[in-house]
Amino acid sequence: MRYGRLTTLCISLLMMTLTSPLWASKKTITIGAVFPMTGPIATYGQESVNGINLALKKVGDISIKGRKIRLIVEDNKGEPIESANSVRKLINIDKVNAVIGSVASSNTLAGAPIAQQAEVPLLTPASTNEAVTKTGNFISRTCFTDGFQGVVMARFAFNNLKKRNVAIIIDNSSDYSKGLAAVFKKEFQRLGGKLVSQRDFAYQQKDIDFKSLLRKVKRKRPDVIFLPGYYTEVGLILRQARQMNIKMPFLGGDGWDSPKLQELAGPKGIKNNYISSHFSPDDQDPMVQEFVKKYIKIHKQRPGAMAALGYDGMLVLLDALKRAKSLKSKDLALAINSTKQFKGVTGTISIDRQRNATKSAVVLETTAKGNIFNTKVNP
Amino acid sequence: MNEELLYFFYDLGQYLINGITQGSIYALIALGYTMVYGIIKLINFAHGEFYMIGAFVGYYLVISGASLWIAFPAAMLGAGVVAVIIERLVYRPIRHAGRIAALISALGTSLFFQYLGQGTVGADPKTFPPVIEEISYEWGEMMISNIQIIIIITTIVLMLVLRWLVSSTRIGMAMRAVSFNHDAAELMGIDTNKIISFTFFVGAALAGAAGVLVGLYYNTIEPMMGLMPGLKAFVAAVLGGIGIIPGAALGGLVLGIVENLVTGFWASNYRDAIAFGILIIILLIKPTGLMGKNIREKV
Repeated sequence: MRYGRLTTLCISLLMMTLTSPLWASKKTITIGAVFPMTGPIATYGQESVNGINLALKKVGDISIKGRKIRLIVEDNKGEPIESANSVRKLINIDKVNAVIGSVASSNTLAGAPIAQQAEVPLLTPASTNEAVTKTGNFISRTCFTDGFQGVVMARFAFNNLKKRNVAIIIDNSSDYSKGLAAVFKKEFQRLGGKLVSQRDFAYQQKDIDFKSLLRKVKRKRPDVIFLPGYYTEVGLILRQARQMNIKMPFLGGDGWDSPKLQELAGPKGIKNNYISSHFSPDDQDPMVQEFVKKYIKIHKQRPGAMAALGYDGMLVLLDALKRAKSLKSKDLALAINSTKQFKGVTGTISIDRQRNATKSAVVLETTAKGNIFNTKVNP
Repeated sequence: MNEELLYFFYDLGQYLINGITQGSIYALIALGYTMVYGIIKLINFAHGEFYMIGAFVGYYLVISGASLWIAFPAAMLGAGVVAVIIERLVYRPIRHAGRIAALISALGTSLFFQYLGQGTVGADPKTFPPVIEEISYEWGEMMISNIQIIIIITTIVLMLVLRWLVSSTRIGMAMRAVSFNHDAAELMGIDTNKIISFTFFVGAALAGAAGVLVGLYYNTIEPMMGLMPGLKAFVAAVLGGIGIIPGAALGGLVLGIVENLVTGFWASNYRDAIAFGILIIILLIKPTGLMGKNIREKV
């Protein structure tokens, strides 16, 4: 019985950790956040959670319906399997009232069916793939969809940049990338543009060598390249493309919008490309400027789109909690889905019947000093 | 010659150049796998992490102003020292507990370093400063950069040094003796613990060198960077014949070239599938690897 006492201690500790959320949930409103705090898209998760915490801080130490708000952050490492596990853990063990998250659409898509089945509202602040909210009536989002984003970029390429021949490079491991590419392709062809290759050029998440791929792209002589990927791979693709004398502009989506992109692509790679995104810290709206100022004060850097989206997402959720008839999940979902004309830093958010937000997008030009506001597009 | 055929040969040449570069990296990592396996029959799945550690040691030295001439050997030394400590703390106590225990400890060590890295330096990729300015030499449609040349030459030099170390020095002779028969070597008065530590050191130092070279080549490093190359290097070691030093070098090169040809002429989606497919085929057809001899295991 040498380990007797230790074992008892361990078991009692385990019991405490397992049971504590049960009694805690009676006195608080628990919100679970599922975000990539580590892994290849870690800056997104970190920025989102910074935004969420800033939103909680803004409303202060309030209590809604006599209960305090408690936030539990789970790391999904940017992986679908981990996302599903995190959502399951939050619902079954922590008994959360609602889940906020995640960023990458493939991650949210993995967790959404679990929340839907358990009838716990899940609000994603940043996943833009069309399929996400189709999971069911408990799943909604406070950002625009790829249907909108892809159309914006296709029109920008055709009308503003006057490009006619596009090559499309997709991240084969991402639902977001594939979805966005499909929408872009359709709209660009509808406008009268051409694809240089019927088959998309493809890579995988975590690849680091794109030279063979880019060689094939270069030979097709496109005048613009659409690259709806995430910043880790995009940064390297841009760097390697410029080294190989591929000079045409690359276009991307909100997946590029991270301060890491500038660093990874290098000064030569970053120049002369355009992305669509949710938010620009250069927006002169006083509400945006107040948010930017507060964010810089705490985190010592300018907020990216994910920070703004996390901030807005959390504010919408808190607003819904206040408006909901009761804390029953059905009432809460109803309150979230009936959000109308909510003024956020990423635009005015109204959630439509498909539980998607209709709001404006911005087109940014990427430069070595950060992304510069180019134009704003309304739905 | 028509244009298409010309393009084909240019492509082939380019994929070979890229393949040899990547293969050199795999080979450097695979050498450590094979040496450790050769001496204590342990598949050290933590080996990819030594490569990551080397890259980070190099990175922190370079950004704090050290020249590459200091950062590069220091990275090798750093990775080597960590490996020796791990061997002493993790593998030595369970050396006689069977191979499964050692294998699982190796996996645990690997995860430990991956998450320690994410916890301390952060999970986001770091940009390795471009200390050597990249210059490309073009020939028709083929391109080779000065960094690729540096990688290939460094790999060759390190391999020659290793060859000399193993075949012409006293400690190399002792390594071969321990690998051949551990107990007999001990009876002959060889300090086997010291030799095993030294083997870990050399293997990890080579991986650390590979880490810095990759940092220079792709300009990006992150704590999980050791995972895939570690597994690929394991495939390379098995491909060449695990435990056989020239086999690891050959296996690395073959794997690097095959991967680049698959990505280039076919599609990058199949690259990893092909790499691990090779592992399965080798294990089925010639389990001792390309350079291995078929020896019946003594019962």
